[in-house]
Amino acid sequence: MTHADAATVAKTDKPSLVSALRAFLPREAVLHHDDELRPYECDGLSAYRAVPLMVVLPETTDQVQRILRLCSERKIPVVARGAGTGLSGGALPLPDGILLSLAKFSRILEIDRVNRTARVQPGVRNLAISQAVASDGLYYAPDPTSQIACSIGGNVAENSGGIHCLKYGLTVHNILRLEVITMDGERATIGADALDSPGYDLLALMTGSEGMLGVIVEVTVKLLPQPETAQLVMAAFDDIEKAGDAVARIIGAGIIPAALEMMDNPAIRAAEEFVHANYPVDAAAILLCELDGTAGEVAEQIQQVEKVLKERGAGEIRKARDEQERIIFWSGRKAAFPAVGRISPDYYCMDGTIPRQRLAEVLKKTAELSEKYKLRVANVFHAGDGNLHPLILYDANNPGELKRAEELGGQILELCVAVGGTITGEHGVGIEKINQMCVQFDEHELTQFHAVKSAFDPDGLLNPGKAVPTLRRCAEFGAMHVHGGKLPHPDIPRF
Amino acid sequence: MGVGTAQVEKRSTILVSWICIAVTKQNDLSKEIQDRVRQAAAARTALRIRGGDTKAFYGRTTTGEKLDVSGHRDIVSYEPTELVITARAGTPLDEVEAALAEKGQVLPFEPPHFGKAATLGGAVACGLSGPSRPYSGAVRDLVLGVVCVNGRGERLSFGGQVMKNVAGYDVSRLMVGAMGTLGVLLEVSLKVLPRPATTVTLALATDADQAITTMNAWAAQPLPISATCHDGELLRVRLAGAEQGVTAARQKLGGEEVPDGDTFWAELREHRLPLLSEAATLWRLSVPAAAPASAAEGTWLLDWGGAQRWFASELPADTIQQQAIALGGHATLFRGGDRTGEVFHPLAPPIATLHRRLKQAFDPDGILNPGRMYREW
Ligand SMILES: Cc1cc2nc3c(=O)[nH]c(=O)nc-3n(C[C@H](O)[C@H](O)[C@H](O)COP(=O)(O)OP(=O)(O)OC[C@H]3O[C@@H](n4cnc5c(N)ncnc54)[C@H](O)[C@@H]3O)c2cc1C
Repeated sequence: MTHADAATVAKTDKPSLVSALRAFLPREAVLHHDDELRPYECDGLSAYRAVPLMVVLPETTDQVQRILRLCSERKIPVVARGAGTGLSGGALPLPDGILLSLAKFSRILEIDRVNRTARVQPGVRNLAISQAVASDGLYYAPDPTSQIACSIGGNVAENSGGIHCLKYGLTVHNILRLEVITMDGERATIGADALDSPGYDLLALMTGSEGMLGVIVEVTVKLLPQPETAQLVMAAFDDIEKAGDAVARIIGAGIIPAALEMMDNPAIRAAEEFVHANYPVDAAAILLCELDGTAGEVAEQIQQVEKVLKERGAGEIRKARDEQERIIFWSGRKAAFPAVGRISPDYYCMDGTIPRQRLAEVLKKTAELSEKYKLRVANVFHAGDGNLHPLILYDANNPGELKRAEELGGQILELCVAVGGTITGEHGVGIEKINQMCVQFDEHELTQFHAVKSAFDPDGLLNPGKAVPTLRRCAEFGAMHVHGGKLPHPDIPRF
Repeated sequence: MGVGTAQVEKRSTILVSWICIAVTKQNDLSKEIQDRVRQAAAARTALRIRGGDTKAFYGRTTTGEKLDVSGHRDIVSYEPTELVITARAGTPLDEVEAALAEKGQVLPFEPPHFGKAATLGGAVACGLSGPSRPYSGAVRDLVLGVVCVNGRGERLSFGGQVMKNVAGYDVSRLMVGAMGTLGVLLEVSLKVLPRPATTVTLALATDADQAITTMNAWAAQPLPISATCHDGELLRVRLAGAEQGVTAARQKLGGEEVPDGDTFWAELREHRLPLLSEAATLWRLSVPAAAPASAAEGTWLLDWGGAQRWFASELPADTIQQQAIALGGHATLFRGGDRTGEVFHPLAPPIATLHRRLKQAFDPDGILNPGRMYREW
């Protein structure tokens, strides 16, 4: 599947481009044969594929600047890629564009233990940062489930979260400074080693901008002290509504757990079969609630949580007896995606976020939609902050099933918007949810987004066609009315 | 049916009961504000946005027709178990905090009021955060969504009322600290937190160098610290959280318990400590927390674990900015001095270009608080 919004670029003279790039890049850093390009044709959302014109693998900032300058001059679109684990097609290549891989930017440049920061290259894996500072009693808090593979540059581009972001925040709360190359090849320092910097909060704007505003070549992250202790409670419920209610009650009681995750029965069964985490397979839902802090704090709060869980009708309540059991309990949740992958040829992961109090209602409607589309749905999600991950199970080999899965997904996202939520909590819009952007935002808001994009990238060459739909696309999708073919502000370029 | 209502229906982002809307409708001036901005854009008239006028001292002095948004007020929705409050920009901060206190919750960034009339919109637009900032986040960390009017007079809604939201660019956070130069804030949604069960303030006598070392050493340990500051003689630390955690930490840190700790942190936040209130010219240096103490002539007060340093000094601006750069940060002429010159730290050329273009993108006619932040726009 390719997408239609790509900037129209004049047919590129490939051999001349290859030699221009090789003037400052080693041979092996410029890939252009079809068999070399194949591995890059998709990211973690494999239903969408496109072979890029070329792949470049720079290893210095200077090289990135020269690549972008060259592409600017020749009006060639560029898509940045980290580890390619994105789930919304953000790193999907363009057939007429260059795919710029940051894989070789894989060094940790500096660890400042006193100020508790680490300066790293964008290709460094999320988990590698915490591993590098573990012996100092520090860690990098955001922990996406993909943390062994995903890159910190990709995390910044997506504003990624993890199971512990309920207490410790998302990527945007845990970074200080970026070195960014804009499409014209200029280098800019965004943010600072201090807690803030003068002027607008460009650090927030860059975070979650899906590779549309600049290429990140360095990230300074904050490091936190490892909590003294962590304790995990697992509670089983015979009714998903009760579990949802318990979530609201725990938070209403003034407790902010380090993590508060929920899995429904299909997800519990899949995970249990896969990793034997000792989950109650008959439960309608389980909650995994982790508390961390000093030993005293945790002991105090765990009692409160157990009390709330009981009051809200939890059946079995199990406390991890030791660190080993805590890890086993988590293993099922962390392996939930691949576990579902074992019971279905394909699955499609959604990412809507809703107000917690609408949890039961949304899960119920999702079940109805699942019936209607005749596709199974397993739910595993960040209950504490209302971030749902319905996994739609389908088989791409059955004609029409992918399309049905996509339709069902779209309906779920629109449901999230309708109850006051959003179409994406942490995976980004990419190419996948671009149509639903037309539901969440009106034409003025979308036009404002395009104007922001233009401020950084006037020619629209960086990751064009992703994240923000054109108004025309929305009109075609049917979610926006364009009167008499007239769009507001024809002066603002649209991509 | 106002513009506001149509938007509510379209996206259903505001889940208030019918009764709630009826109660607050009279204080909804969004339509009037939007019309004013539209007219100003057509006539290219500069607007000076005013909330409670408590932070007029901050930023540059500007002219322009007054656009008073203090009448656009009231809490739109507040659901304690969601940890989210949404209020109109003109709502007094006092009112927001009182509503939260009733349910045992707080604004985690402890916004400075600088006066009774302080509004939520003003606090967000100025982007100032209180003593808890390094430990529980700045105002930008807690903002979940905004509704605003851009320089074209369009009503726009970004972010929302949920904890995680990556749909579209993060314009909500971009508005924080933009001093009204990108849009007139109409509504803000903020994440709130439970008020800590216990707080204790301790004081230790020490010099600035030792204080910086100590504050940073503490920050590298899992301690329930929620504020630290050094006034030249005493290092004060506030512990906050569950009873047992606070008690254990208190034994670990030592020092004397300050009897009226809460008052001290409020005085610090509101700049009522003589060191801050009596300064003719007050600078704010934002630097890495462990940057060494400076010997520059003037009076220093270290806040935010060393990351925010108040400096009362009559040294030339350039000298102080160089000092801040040497320490790895930047300097703001916070209060006093020449407010017609630049008061914010100069921007590096590529960053300045991005600022100009962003201003153009939101406010092409340059009518929203022109010159409030930087002279040029
Ligand atoms: C099994 C699995 C579990 C996951 N769990 C989570 C989870 O718990 N939480 C979560 O938030 N996400 C999760 N994800 C999604 C994904 O891992 C994250 O979005 C991650 O941040 C992507 O990083 P990446 O390096 O793979 O980026 P890529 O997929 O390579 O790229 C993602 C986007 O970032 C841009 N980009 C990448 N690097 C740069 C750069 N240096 N400069 C500018 N733009 C750049 C790309 O253009 C693209 O738009 C999961 C994915 C999988 C497969």
